[in-house]
Parts: sequence; structure tokens; C-alpha cells
Amino acid sequence: MNRALRPLVATTAIFALAYLAAIIQFPAMLSTRVLGNFLTDNAFLGIAAVGMTFVIISGGIDLSVGAVIGFTTVLNAVLIMWLGLHPLFAFVISLSVAAAFGAVMGAAIHYLKVPSFIVTLAGMFLARGGASVLSPDSIGIKHELYTTISKSYILLPGGGRLTVIGMIMLAVFALGMVLAHRTRFGSYVYALGGSEVSAALMGVPVARTTILIYTLSATLAGLAGIVFSLYTSAGYSLSALGVELDAIAAVVIGGTLLTGGYGFIAGTFIGVMLQGLVQTYIVFDGSLSSWWTKIVIGGLLFLFILLQRLVFSAAAPRRKVFWKT
Amino acid sequence: MRRGNWRAALLRPQFAALAAVLLINWLLFPGFFDITWQEGRLFGSVIDVLNRGAPVAILAIGMTAVIATKGVDLSVGAVMAIAGAVAAVLVTGGASALVAVAAALAVGVLCGLWNGVLVTYLEIQPIIATLVLMVAGRGLAQLVTEGSIVTFSDPVLIFIGTGSLLGVPMPIVIAAVLAIVATLIVRKTALGLLIEAVGVNRSAARFAGISSGLLLLLVYTFAGFCAATSGLIVAGDIRGADANNAGLWLELDAILAVVIGGTSLLGGRFSIPMSVVGALIIQAMNTGILISGFSPEFNLVVKSGVIILILVLQAPMVAQALRKRFMERISQ
Repeated sequence: MNRALRPLVATTAIFALAYLAAIIQFPAMLSTRVLGNFLTDNAFLGIAAVGMTFVIISGGIDLSVGAVIGFTTVLNAVLIMWLGLHPLFAFVISLSVAAAFGAVMGAAIHYLKVPSFIVTLAGMFLARGGASVLSPDSIGIKHELYTTISKSYILLPGGGRLTVIGMIMLAVFALGMVLAHRTRFGSYVYALGGSEVSAALMGVPVARTTILIYTLSATLAGLAGIVFSLYTSAGYSLSALGVELDAIAAVVIGGTLLTGGYGFIAGTFIGVMLQGLVQTYIVFDGSLSSWWTKIVIGGLLFLFILLQRLVFSAAAPRRKVFWKT
Repeated sequence: MRRGNWRAALLRPQFAALAAVLLINWLLFPGFFDITWQEGRLFGSVIDVLNRGAPVAILAIGMTAVIATKGVDLSVGAVMAIAGAVAAVLVTGGASALVAVAAALAVGVLCGLWNGVLVTYLEIQPIIATLVLMVAGRGLAQLVTEGSIVTFSDPVLIFIGTGSLLGVPMPIVIAAVLAIVATLIVRKTALGLLIEAVGVNRSAARFAGISSGLLLLLVYTFAGFCAATSGLIVAGDIRGADANNAGLWLELDAILAVVIGGTSLLGGRFSIPMSVVGALIIQAMNTGILISGFSPEFNLVVKSGVIILILVLQAPMVAQALRKRFMERISQ
């Protein structure tokens, strides 16, 4: 077996085992209905996590995604409800604003040579603050398109529903995989994560790639915001609070190396599904409180970080520097 | 410190920034610098800035040491919640206040130790190692409080949050004592130098004979202790432990305070007093926005503006440091 695929296999195996254990306890969990809800309920997280995967593979981190999601929901609501724009037009504006926001952050990271987490931290404050300045209160969105989209779905065998937003997430994952593994941009991202200096020496356009990576992440966060506003039919400045952490957790659980240069978009999908499984299990159980979700996700995060350590010290005969000093 | 150093220190941009923020506050609210003596303690907007800034200042003291080793501790907010929850639950369960305080601090130390072990012995990057506790910590705090806000009426715990010593509110006293003690320990012994050595180059420090592992462990444990102290103050202030909201996003404020204070995120050079000044700048801005009648939401926008300003100001310096490191790496 290809050594490089080990973490992906480990993640998939753990998901399969966890799902199996859940099914043994609650046979009702084995239905397309539950699977369909996995996709719908975690669609915004999955979309944001795809962008986060690119950022982390490039060796950075993006703390602003949750705030960008919140900002986009408010901007959408303001454009549709207050200015009376058609939702599709509002979507285009929101995505452009998010993309520009990401591009500025990427440029700041590259040209100011500041660690990405500080720049995106500033971006997080700016986006959350901007959203609350636009409207501190939740704005309900009422539009034909919203009702049509939330009502349309493909019926799966067994009564499950593949909703539009679930399909958007699957499409984003598919596109993300192609972008990461089959395009020049994808290989630039991996090269940058391996070592910025050697990437530059190999002729990777570092400035352009860095800016594009953060533009991609922010645009996907914007798309996640649109999906979130479709999911809740509202725009609220405090929505998707802390989603950046869930997205990072999904990426790590999916086997992407936090030092960059190595990872899978497909793994992130499993990571998102595993988080969905934990939440669904807790709902099925009924007696466990919702805060167990956080503890279990924290535990999983720890487990997978530990796993990465073990796999990588086993894969490399010589001691690898895991934490770049 | 020699007199010349003092004069140079007072001319630092951080003091200019603090003075500017205070001046703006004074222009917006002429009574800003009024301090009155009521019921045996000091009152006034400036005292309020110090008092409200104390929890972040305490976090920043621990965070400074962590960032100086080229790390970061994202879990401090969650540790605050855990410490507050432990103290509140023990006190409502009938334990004495001293036991509760000791237990809360011990839990903070344990949390710090956990982070330290992950960073030192498992060699996980600090952002991620502390992310585990940041995600799980609030869940743990809720587990302790069983999901409710535990209120208490224990006079000692309330005194920590709202009492006063010789007219000075307790949070200020605690923050000042911690800052002075930490600064003295770090600057009057070789500890500060060793921390800087580890931050600049961990392997080089190890080859120079510094037990960098132990030092890292110590630094994260100290950050955990500071977080627990801060958590006790916040819990005492609201007379209860709120596992959801205690210390929420304060880790970011603490990091911001350290960055404003001029400690490099790339490790090495650090200053605990300047981080405290950074925390005061943040709080002075918060207070200014509140008294000027703007909605608190503007806070976030202003904060991000400040971060951007600092980043731009520090940029050439950081670039230079990077170039130097790059050259060092090539010449090896």
C-alpha cells in the first residue's frame, strides 16, 4: 500500500468503525435519511473546510472563515431584504466581496511577512465587526428562490433527501479534489507547504499562489455563508461562531499535516462526516448533553494528531523535524 | 535598569499609543481622568480601565512567555472557564474558599502541563496542541458545571473579583503583583535569557546545554496558571461560573496585547511589562468606544484596524529578521 495514503485509510477506517458501532447501538442510524441529513447539516462546514484544507496544505491557517460566513449571511440578507436585489445577484456580490477580502489577507500575509494566523485574526475581527455594524440583529430572508431551494431535493432510496445545499457541498469537494491533485495551482500549493524557499527556487510564483490560496478560502467561506443563509433563511452577524475551529479539526482529522505540504481533500470530507456522526450519535442517544460534542471532537483531534506523529515517525527511518523551528 | 533605558522605554510607540487613546477618551468624555474616593476605594474611568483590563493583562503575562518561545496558547480562554467552574462548583458544594481557589489554580496548572507535554514531548505545533484544549475545554467546563451557570455567594471568591486592597480593586492588585514578580524572575535571573534562546532556535539552545524541554513545559504551565487566575477574577466578578462565555475570545485579546507590546511572534525578544501596556491599550479602546456611545460592535472593527496598523509598522522589522534567519540557515 502506498505509504502516503496511510492517514487517509486510518481516518476512513475509524469513521467506518465508529459508524458501525453507532449502528449496532441504534440500527435506525443506518439509513439514507441520516446520511442525507449528515450532508445537509454540515454543508456549510464542509465547504469552508475545503478552503481550509488548501490553506493548511500550504502551511498556513485561516481563522477568519467563521467570521466571513457570518458576514456573508448578513450581507446577503441586507442586499435581498433591504435593497430588494434578486438573491442570485446578491450571491454574486457576496462572493466577490469575500474573494476580495481573502485576496487582501493573502497579500498582507505575503508582502508584510506576518504569520497567517495574525492576519486572519485581524480579518476575523474585521468581518465579525463589519457584520454587526451592518446589522446587529438577525434578519429573516423571505424570497421565492429561498423557499424553492430549501424545498427541492432528490429523493434517495430509503427515504433520504439529498438537498440542494448537500449537493453544493459534494460539488465543492469534487472540484477541490480536482484542483488539488490535477492542476498546476494544486501542485504549487503543495510545494509552498513543503518549503516556501525551495518552492520559490523551483519557480513557483509564491506571491500569486499565496494570494490565490487565501482568496479561494475566503470565497469558499462566502459560499458557505450563502449555504448557511439558505439553511437558516436568515442573516445574523453571530452565526457560524467558532466554525473555523470545526473546520481546522475536520482538516486535521482528515489526515492533513499541519506543517503543510501533505494532505487530502477527501480526508477532510471524512473529517466533516465524523463530526456529523458525533453530533447525530449524541442526538440519537438523547441522554448525553450537547457539550459532549466538543469534548469528543477535542479527543478525536488529539487522537489524530497523535496518529500523525506515529505514522510519520514510522514512515521515516531518520528523525523528521515535525515542528519547524 | 539605567536611567537612559528608562527614558528610551518611555518613548516607545506603545506608550504614545496609550497616551493617544487616553487623550481621545478624555476629549470624548472630559471627566475621564477624574478619580474619586468612595466607600473606601478608588473610583473613576481610569481605575475602571485598569480593573477591566486586568484579566487580559494577566493572560498576556503568561502568553508573553509562551510567544517568546515561538509558541502560542489558544486554550487560555477555555482554561479560564474550567478554573472558574471548578472554583464555583467546589464552593457551592460546601468546600472552603481556600480549597476552591487552590483547586482552580491546580486545574489551570494541570491544563498548562497538558499543553506543555503535547508541545514538548509529542512535538506538536503549539497552535494545534493548544487547539485541542480550546475545543474540548469549554465542553469540560460545562461538564463540571453540568451545563448551568453556577452562582455562588462565597465572600472570598467575590473579594477576588470585586474587592479592594488599600482602595485599589483586587484585579489590579493581582495583575500588578503577577506582572512585577514575573518580570523580576525573568529579568533578574537567567530564565528570561534561556526563554529567548529557546524561542530563537530550539535546537541551538539544546546544543548549548539548555534543557529546552523543561523550559517549554514550565512556560506553558505558567500560562495555564495565569489563565486560572484570570478565570477566578472573572468568576468572582460576576459571582458565578459561566462555562459558555467566561473568557470567550480572550485568548485572542491576550495574543493581541502581546503583539501590541512588541513581542515578536517569531520567538525571542519579549517584554512582560509592555504586554501589560498592550492589554491596557486594548481596554482603553474598549472603554472609549463604550463611553463615546458607539455600539460595542465597533470594538471589533477598531481592534482589527489596530492589528493591521501594527502589522504594517512592524513589517520591515519582521522582514529583516526573516532575512537574517534565512542567511543563517544558508551559512550553516
